[in-house]
Amino acid sequence: MSRSKKKGPYVDPKLYYKVARQNREGSKQPIKTWARACTIIPEFVGHTFLVHNGKAHVKVFVTEEMVGHKLGEFAPTRIFRGHGGRGKR
Amino acid sequence: MPRLLGVDIPGHRPTVVALTYIHGVGPTTARELCHKAGVDPQVRARDLREDELGRLAKLLDKDHVVEGQLRRQVAQNIARLRDIGCYRGLRHRRGLPVRGQRTRTNARTRKGPKKTVAGKKGVKDLR
Repeated sequence: MSRSKKKGPYVDPKLYYKVARQNREGSKQPIKTWARACTIIPEFVGHTFLVHNGKAHVKVFVTEEMVGHKLGEFAPTRIFRGHGGRGKR
Repeated sequence: MPRLLGVDIPGHRPTVVALTYIHGVGPTTARELCHKAGVDPQVRARDLREDELGRLAKLLDKDHVVEGQLRRQVAQNIARLRDIGCYRGLRHRRGLPVRGQRTRTNARTRKGPKKTVAGKKGVKDLR
């Protein structure tokens, strides 16, 4: 089920604060975050996030098309290396 | 055979049913169209008068995305997901189910015909 419109998009408050400050200062340092469930809002465009995937932080550069998606969608938590040994490697 | 919107030629079936042969028109839309155009839904499509066909075509053109245009729209939406590298895009690239279905079994629509792997559970019973 999708989220109630009444509530608006979920944006991690701390992350929003950090982005807002960077926008004010005009700097674009990558921001380390664990907030995978945070929705990407237009203010995030052009920033780089280091999104945790459970093990490491994946670099995600936010473009305009990503608005409306969640940060976690761009940092896969599983790596599939394929089945079957022989022939490969 | 009547022609609607260039290529579509539904035929000897009641108008409601004939309309569903158009990509993007299902039973609900078809019924709605007949109602709005003032066409008897049960009349065979070949027996439709010119003006009735015209009204249907006009309605379709006005508020429905249909056929080639619809197909293009869907393909574009998928291409967008692929390009931005989000989870759904990755699933599309791999030809796996996109909406969180299980893949241990089933998912044959996306994965295509079974590829049997030796030594996997249940292989012996298959023979």
